Amino acid sequence: MVDREVQELEKAVDQIWEIATTRFGLDPFPVRFEIVPASVMYEVGSYALPGRYSHWTFGKAYHKMKMMYDFGLSKIYEVVINSNPSYAFLLETNSPTQNKLVIAHVLGHIDFFKNNVYFSKTNRRMVDEAALHARRMADYEFKYGRKVVEEFLDAVLSIEEHVDPNFFIRKQRERADGEDEKKPNRREGRYDDLLSKEEREDQSGENDGSGDGRKHKPSLAAPEKDLVFFLMKNSPSLEPWQRDVMAMLHEEMEYFIPQLQTKIMNEGWASIWHSRIMREVDLPTNEHLEFAELHAGVVSPHKGQLNPYYLGYKIFEDIEKRWDNPTAEEREKFGRRGGEGREKMFEVRELESDISFLRNYLTEELCEELDLFVYQLIDEEDWTVTEKKWERVRDQLALNMTNFGFPYIEVVDGDYDGNSELYLMHRYEGVELDMKYARKTLEYVYKIWGRDVHLETQVDEEPVVMHYDGHEHEEE
Amino acid sequence: MSVQRNDWSLQRKGQIDQDRHKERVRDAIKKNLGSIVSNESIILSDGKRVVKVPIRSLDEYKFRFDYRKKKHVGTGDGNTKVGDVIGHEGQPGQGPGTGPGAGDQPGQEYYEAEVDIDEIAKLIFEDLHLPYLEEKAKHAVPSKTTKFTEIRRSGILSNLDKRRSIMENIKRQARETGDARIGPFKKEDLRYKTWEEQMTFESNAVVIAMMDVSGSMGEFKKYIARSFYFWMVRFLKTKYDNVKIVFISHHTEAKEVTEEQFFTQGESGGTVVSSAYRLALDIIGGRFPSSDWNIYPFHFSDGDNYYSDNDEAVKLADELISTCNLFGYGEIGEEGASSYRRSSGALLSIFKDRLRSQDRFVGVRIDDKEDVYPALKEFFGRRGEA
Repeated sequence: MVDREVQELEKAVDQIWEIATTRFGLDPFPVRFEIVPASVMYEVGSYALPGRYSHWTFGKAYHKMKMMYDFGLSKIYEVVINSNPSYAFLLETNSPTQNKLVIAHVLGHIDFFKNNVYFSKTNRRMVDEAALHARRMADYEFKYGRKVVEEFLDAVLSIEEHVDPNFFIRKQRERADGEDEKKPNRREGRYDDLLSKEEREDQSGENDGSGDGRKHKPSLAAPEKDLVFFLMKNSPSLEPWQRDVMAMLHEEMEYFIPQLQTKIMNEGWASIWHSRIMREVDLPTNEHLEFAELHAGVVSPHKGQLNPYYLGYKIFEDIEKRWDNPTAEEREKFGRRGGEGREKMFEVRELESDISFLRNYLTEELCEELDLFVYQLIDEEDWTVTEKKWERVRDQLALNMTNFGFPYIEVVDGDYDGNSELYLMHRYEGVELDMKYARKTLEYVYKIWGRDVHLETQVDEEPVVMHYDGHEHEEE
Repeated sequence: MSVQRNDWSLQRKGQIDQDRHKERVRDAIKKNLGSIVSNESIILSDGKRVVKVPIRSLDEYKFRFDYRKKKHVGTGDGNTKVGDVIGHEGQPGQGPGTGPGAGDQPGQEYYEAEVDIDEIAKLIFEDLHLPYLEEKAKHAVPSKTTKFTEIRRSGILSNLDKRRSIMENIKRQARETGDARIGPFKKEDLRYKTWEEQMTFESNAVVIAMMDVSGSMGEFKKYIARSFYFWMVRFLKTKYDNVKIVFISHHTEAKEVTEEQFFTQGESGGTVVSSAYRLALDIIGGRFPSSDWNIYPFHFSDGDNYYSDNDEAVKLADELISTCNLFGYGEIGEEGASSYRRSSGALLSIFKDRLRSQDRFVGVRIDDKEDVYPALKEFFGRRGEA
């Protein structure tokens, strides 16, 4: 389908690509741009990947986004997918200026996807993979019933963020081990890479039978941060298809984790480059004003909140400034020569994640300029500013991003009480759990584990153990 | 590098999952009808069509921090100082986050679904009907139904007839390529179902709604009676196009009032139930002869009748029953007094002991908001089917 608009856009893409790569040295994957209507835009936005499996929570998100759009409350200009080649979706109602800005912004994201180290292990063919998952999920729905699959998904989704962000290391190690001493008498399975060496041997019938059944298996005793993986592997009650569902969700979460780890950087990086690139594009006068307005909208502070675009943009800008024109002290102490701003920015985009980015590059001056503060609820009533000291603000910010903002929960025992019960430990760091949510989530964990589950946490600085046995909650 | 514009008009994934979500909302509503039926936001909705109803089972539960006990970081406009108050609980200065794992949004207590009152009504009314409805001589009551009767080439997509559209597609493929199999769809393949309205006729009916407005009917009791009648009136108006409703309120005296007065007026004084029944009998005698009308008197009271009036009340109730199809009596107790039952003295137990024709009498006790829905089902449930 070729029309005038598409041709115009193609021209713009070529021009922007040229500026981004040769003039500024960005290094993105090739991109395929799709012009789509709002309904499709919000679909991709709410599923985070096109063609993903079906679940009502996506439908809920879709409905909400679509409503916001229909009522003119918010609008997504683009969605970009980390893959090679990358996909970017443009809203068909975008004006030419909006599209140019979005294309430049998208190239920034894709450069980040390709070059940031946290993304280096992501599956660049995830769109295909997700489509295969969707297919398998649909097959299971057909075979076991939609409600059954949906209820199981509800349970797994409740803990989906509790995976090991460095899971790829384990995968690599397993793979390396496996190559050394492959047992020839066992068929290779689809999920071998998720099983440990011992287990593969177990399955191949090499078990010497010396275990008395009461002994802790080593894999059940160790603290394990990856709840999804642990439950998938060790739950005494799951059907094969359920383990497969968990493996699929685990894989998708592995793909999304780097995006959770680099939100501020990724948006900051894309915003820096859309503004630089757009300055080089020949815009007609009327479009200049529109661009300026759009850009200001993207990188503006939202009072009382934290706009990742704004924060990331400001920090990158500051890095460039400080390495281009170092102070006398910086020259002397750190040996900065000046004029290295661009180089330093590229180094940061390659090596850091949000937490290290903030820790290393959020300065006192910047904290002041951005007027950052810590606030909390006082007397159950007023949200009050309680801290302005920049180190404390920075530390709080980093703390809130630890474990992607989720409580850190580990399996400490998969054979608790010698009875195959599951014992989880919340590594308490000063913030209590939402107890109502914890109880409900524990019910989901029970659904996956199939036997009694326990969660140790702290309330009012005192340890509390929550139990759920399939019928009743108990706390002590 | 490429730019593409494809035809997405048949893309429905988001739509389909949105429907799955809707279905869950509906299921949840169905399970919670008891509490939704008497939800203030509906009963006091003043004609709004969409109301927010809390639905607990639709949260996406996860292990998360207690939002109210956590420290957050924000940006100010340049001179924020320690001690500044930036928001109040219930509406902190925090908007919706974007992207997965924002994870720091205010802890909404539970998911509030926006539901269309009509939709709830449909669920509630699913199994309700006027019991013992009989053929009467005069005035047939028309009621409308719709039926899919025809196939057309144009229509709305929700009425797409998939089977026929596929058949047309195969036929066209066969014509064009000589190969009878499914190919890309064109507009001309699509077929839509259309409907017609059909009239069916039912016998005419009148409902006499009686409510005790005496001093002993406190806020809660009035609210209960009001909730019941709110749904009853709505139910009758939705299901039957031409049912007449007469409103009577009474304390020691009874009078016929308008619908608006019935729902808004507060009174005081003692309770003489027989006054209402007498007025009802007068109205039936004068305007709704039982040879022509199906008659349904309903009465809500706290049962606190003047002792000396009880004999008269029972007598007139028997008389009412002999002229009508079904007599419903709802007795409203003190709020939350479900374990506590007054046995003697209250009208319900007297009716149950002394009425001569029990089979056309339905008596219900309501102590709790959640009892309104079962009461509706009790009064308008399946009975009297031939």
